[in-house]
Amino acid sequence: MADDRMLLAGGRVIDPASGKVRLVDILVEDGRIARVGKGIRARDAQRIDCRGKHIAPGFIDMHCHLREPGYEDAETILTGTQSALVGGFTRVCPMPNTDPPVDSEAMVRFQIERAEQAGYASVHPVGCCTRNRAGKELAEIGSMREAGAVAVSDDGDWVSDPRVMRRALEYAKAFDMPVISHCEYDGLSDGVSNEGLVSTRLGLRGKPWPSETAAAARDIMLAEFVGARVHIAHVSCAATVDLIRWAKLRRVQVTAEVCPHHFTLTDASLAGFDTNFKVNPPLRTEPDRLAVVEGVVDGTIDVIATDHAPHTSIAKEVEFDKARPGIIGFETAFSLGYEQFVLSGLMSPARYIEKLTLAPARIMGLRTPSVAEGTEAELVILDLKAQWTFSSAQIMSKSHNTPFLERTMQGLVVGGVLGEEHFWLLHAA
Amino acid sequence: MPRARTKPKRKPRKAAKPGGGRAKRAPARRRSKPEPYVPRLANLLGISQLAPADITAILDQAETFIEVLKRPIPVVPALRGKTVVNLFFEASTRTSTSFALAASRLSAQCVNFSIGSSSVKKGETLLDTARTIEAMRVDGVIIRHSMPGAAHFLSRRIKSFVVNAGDGCHEHPTQALLDAFTLRRRLGTLKDKRVLLVGDIAHSRVARSNILCFSKLGARVAVCGPPTLIPPHIEELGCEVFYRLDRVLYEVDVVNMLRVQTERISSSLFPSVREYRALYGLTAERLSELNTSVVILHPGPVNWGVEMDFEVAELPQALILNQVTNGVAVRMAVLYLLAGGQVGDTDTAETK
Repeated sequence: MADDRMLLAGGRVIDPASGKVRLVDILVEDGRIARVGKGIRARDAQRIDCRGKHIAPGFIDMHCHLREPGYEDAETILTGTQSALVGGFTRVCPMPNTDPPVDSEAMVRFQIERAEQAGYASVHPVGCCTRNRAGKELAEIGSMREAGAVAVSDDGDWVSDPRVMRRALEYAKAFDMPVISHCEYDGLSDGVSNEGLVSTRLGLRGKPWPSETAAAARDIMLAEFVGARVHIAHVSCAATVDLIRWAKLRRVQVTAEVCPHHFTLTDASLAGFDTNFKVNPPLRTEPDRLAVVEGVVDGTIDVIATDHAPHTSIAKEVEFDKARPGIIGFETAFSLGYEQFVLSGLMSPARYIEKLTLAPARIMGLRTPSVAEGTEAELVILDLKAQWTFSSAQIMSKSHNTPFLERTMQGLVVGGVLGEEHFWLLHAA
Repeated sequence: MPRARTKPKRKPRKAAKPGGGRAKRAPARRRSKPEPYVPRLANLLGISQLAPADITAILDQAETFIEVLKRPIPVVPALRGKTVVNLFFEASTRTSTSFALAASRLSAQCVNFSIGSSSVKKGETLLDTARTIEAMRVDGVIIRHSMPGAAHFLSRRIKSFVVNAGDGCHEHPTQALLDAFTLRRRLGTLKDKRVLLVGDIAHSRVARSNILCFSKLGARVAVCGPPTLIPPHIEELGCEVFYRLDRVLYEVDVVNMLRVQTERISSSLFPSVREYRALYGLTAERLSELNTSVVILHPGPVNWGVEMDFEVAELPQALILNQVTNGVAVRMAVLYLLAGGQVGDTDTAETK
């Protein structure tokens, strides 16, 4: 529990909206930001020494899997939102591929309520595009919107029937919701890794890059034609980045995201058949990795999203072909992106934070993350110099499927404030 | 099935085990002629893990076993008291019998761990099987599985040595070793020989292992087949690619035919058996026209009249049955070295 009054003193505050970093204090009262300014004096407030730290609005993850209902052995809304908060994500948008899938008002309400009961990161569900996620008939998108859904998607599968996708895009316009497309073209996606030298070497069935780009091309063209918003999930290859760049030039209402594993790793990691490197879409080649990095830097790719996808060890400790795709991502996303984009000198901290805050908020129609006076306190405290090693013992997610164990990274979310309920700060921070 | 979440206790992977089973130069401590190079293999997962010297050492060891197999009682006591398990998830009479024979010629026991379809249906995973075998305390496991990486998976979870007897479309190292052995016996060396692999390269574990193995022994390797059956970037493994057999067959020393599965027709990988045979089949006419003495290999079983005519297999340069005979000696060498034997030491072992 936070004290009633708390002074975050001496930190550098990153405001992604203005791109400015200011050395100011923040006074939090009853879970709201009461004052932002230099040299605030508040004698009765708990003083949090933030010297040497940065403070930013809490992150938003617009693509994750919380597994509840249906797969509570891998993750629950409670453990998932705890893991999110530790990674700095104060708001998360879970994908609807649960069991049963989130394709109705009731299911949306259920997830939001569970998250409220849990009381960690808040949950803004993505509803199914089609009923039962079957790709045949539209789900009740309007009712789900009423209940609090922020986007629709059949994530995990592509909506392969072009008529259905067209109607979903059109229908969602009424609610100003994006349709999020998981781009993997049916007949080209019967594989477990990127199709290329590595799949040839290892004898793995490959998914060629046109599996993603061809699917994205269809959805972008449909979105342009019907004047709707489409969001391309987890872009993995160079050609898709080029396609989105082209579509943005045509003023198509297209946005896109990339996941930390796609900008950090390549299919070369598959050599030992470690199933923690198995993801959908697959890790691709170094030129693809460089292209998505470039896409983030030049703004073609709007958002960094985790695609946090917990799986039990039983689902991963199997043959590579049989392993479930996906890795957990909340707790490493910030650091991996910080290394890739900020430490490398490609982006300023503020621009990087924008990809984790303002950009997803804009796409999902969520309240603008800010550090302005009068708003609810939703802040993270960052130590951008901290070197840390990701260890199994510290994982908050219920699942441990990650290829980043034992990796040493720089930049760490050391604390945060979320409303009246939460204040945390790692020791030695 | 236990649904309770078992936290994976990840130990830092020992670099020495799966990939790094490669030999270091060991001090030559031999009574008779000193051996310059002794492989210290922990597992045989693929040719990719072997250095050329490892391959040569295995082939040299197989030479001594060829001599053993010619004796009236073709058995040495080298692995007496050892037990290996044949763990075949895919039916294969040839390979499993070859390994079983190899084990028995070395006085080891070979037990078949029969994978009933029932146990798989009951939800038994490869992890369950690995744990079961580990609990049975055997010396080695020979695994054949339809999925790439299955042998790697097993090797990381059991202490006994693992021999990959074929994992999906990935590798089949003992086939490559016995093919190299057969060629070395026929041609003296593989150095600078031109070897052509023909057929379904994409789905062939034999192709992958053989390309690597022959190249490591200095051969110039090429592959030939319809583009639909040639996987992307295969040339980066160090081989040339040809789409038309007649443009390359005349200039090679060895042609290694591969089995083509007619099921591939339904996945649009080639149009018909007739066309396949016409373009890529090793027919009697094709050979006589070329008037060549090219050496012929095939891992078997052959689809007669598809990739190869029966008459071709009868030719003296067809070494298909030699491959089978040599397979036992090569597998003896592999088992022997993995179980800790020393190169060339069989006769010592015999007199123990």
